[in-house]
Amino acid sequence: MDAATRHRSPALRTFSALFIIVWLIVAAFPFLWTLWGSFKVELDFFSKADWTNALTGPLTIVQTGNPFTGAGYDGAWIQEEFWRAVLNSFLVCFFVVCTSLTIGTLGGYALSRSGFRYVIWLLIIALIFRALPQMTLVSGYLLPFFEWNLWGILPTSIIVLVAINQPFTLWMLHSFFEKIPKDLDEAAMVDGCSRFQAFRHVIVPVMWPGVITTGLFSFLLAYNDFAVNAMLLSSENQTMIPAVVSFLGTTQEAGNVMFAVAAVVSATAPLFVLVLFFQRQIVSGLTAGAVKG
Amino acid sequence: MALGGAMKHRTFFWFFLPTALAMTLFIALPIVSVVLQSFYAPHEQVIIEVENCGPFGCTTETTIDREATEALREAQPLGRYVGFELYLNRGHLATSEIAEAWNTTESIGEFASAVYNLPFYRALTFTLTYTFVCTPLLIILGFVIAVAVNNLSTWLKGPVIFFSLLPMIVTPLVGSLVLFWMVDSRGVLGTFLQYLASDPNLSLKASTPLTWIMLMVYGVWSSAPFAFVVFYAGLQTLPQDTLESAMIDGATRWQRIRYVVIPHIMPLVTFVALIQLMDNFRVFEPVVGFKAEAHATTLSWIIFNDLGGETRLLSSAATTSVLTIIGIAILLSPVLVRTWRDFNAKS
Repeated sequence: MDAATRHRSPALRTFSALFIIVWLIVAAFPFLWTLWGSFKVELDFFSKADWTNALTGPLTIVQTGNPFTGAGYDGAWIQEEFWRAVLNSFLVCFFVVCTSLTIGTLGGYALSRSGFRYVIWLLIIALIFRALPQMTLVSGYLLPFFEWNLWGILPTSIIVLVAINQPFTLWMLHSFFEKIPKDLDEAAMVDGCSRFQAFRHVIVPVMWPGVITTGLFSFLLAYNDFAVNAMLLSSENQTMIPAVVSFLGTTQEAGNVMFAVAAVVSATAPLFVLVLFFQRQIVSGLTAGAVKG
Repeated sequence: MALGGAMKHRTFFWFFLPTALAMTLFIALPIVSVVLQSFYAPHEQVIIEVENCGPFGCTTETTIDREATEALREAQPLGRYVGFELYLNRGHLATSEIAEAWNTTESIGEFASAVYNLPFYRALTFTLTYTFVCTPLLIILGFVIAVAVNNLSTWLKGPVIFFSLLPMIVTPLVGSLVLFWMVDSRGVLGTFLQYLASDPNLSLKASTPLTWIMLMVYGVWSSAPFAFVVFYAGLQTLPQDTLESAMIDGATRWQRIRYVVIPHIMPLVTFVALIQLMDNFRVFEPVVGFKAEAHATTLSWIIFNDLGGETRLLSSAATTSVLTIIGIAILLSPVLVRTWRDFNAKS
């Protein structure tokens, strides 16, 4: 690309730079704005009089004596016990990622090492499952879960999210294991290992880059889920995202939407950190499916 | 031989069993359950006639027999079998309403608006519009960002990619709430739009076309990063020698994009388009986040609405789910054909 870059006209380069600046503002400004605004009172964040109030916070100063207030966070985390939802979210994410990767690794490895015809059918079925709107599945869960008293508890939600996660996990890990040379585990099997021993001692040590990438996406799916957790968990077992929505319901009456703003910022912060540390893996994961196709 | 060859069926079975079990129990069986449920309507309440005889003669009253109703629900939790009745009723395909509208309306426009007033068709209209407007736009935006980022100096690329990923990585509901608060008539973007339109009472929430535009802007904003990342990765593998020889042959910049870059990127465009068609078709969270249900509903949102609340309308939700699955199947058929072809080409 360098050869091409050097021949670029200045006008084009300026346009390209301007475009990037505009895009960065579009992409990042809403988050910075909300982060800043979450430390103001509602009448500053939503200001009828002057939009700059959200920046300077005159009413925040009047009400609290300081241009920044943690009232929204205090209300959300302590008064409305958002920390419970955070805890539930992390429990759900942890168990979803672990279970999903364990069974997905075995399945993806098997798919990559079997040359039989049924592999393509299994992959196509997985693709169909991946395309189904989660809401359609949820409507299938409710009646049986009510009947068997499984509704409302975290393990139910975890196992459902693991299952919903499997199609994508299988596709990712299948294409990842395809790239690990077959000779590696086959050599171990010639030396007398069983298939599982070969997997355990030869494949497991080299599979971590692919597993970590896949795990990130499993985490994102579980963390970002609204449909499944909102419909399958009782209110005391609620996770973060449904909790944010329930704030919108309750706080409208209390006249304090700032709890929801604070909760939204709290829910976004871990994702920022995640992208910061795993940007490379996320980019490679997004392109894994595309580049081979 | 099994040694050194493909994995044996038996071994494959045990390796694949856990994931197969999870998908069968929690994806395949729920679909069966949804299909079954869509043929059953909730039980009607059992009505009994009670004769009250007093000094002035006898009167008969009809009351609901709660015990009998409960017992019936207990015995047959699915409800009573009604065949395709739910599919044809007003909340779903609304065949008789459509037939009536066809006979009574005078113009096509009038007929279309009569159909649009039916909940299922209203949701279908928005879902399809959203899918087919957002998908091409986000591909174009993603491509332009990818080309522009590719032109940047190396040290700038990392931070730019970081910020570009944010709209896609954040929870869809959180992303839509963040935008929703900004376009609120008292929010910063809302004020700005009022200033642009010189209309101090402009409210995006109150207008159907503006709500649609707002949702689609969100759709493009949140998915363009995905297209960008895929195209950006594709640009890294551009055939350099072809590009250079094109330059030596005097190809203009535009010609190089047209004849070298675009053909190289084309398979990725198909990939992004197919994934995004599937994902946009199930759009749901933005409707909740933007509180847009008065102006725009989607198929997933109708199911959610039926399932939530005091009365859980399981059968109605199941029927909409089956119709949605049929829609997905139609959208998905090109992807399946492509996957099948790829796999056959490989083996």
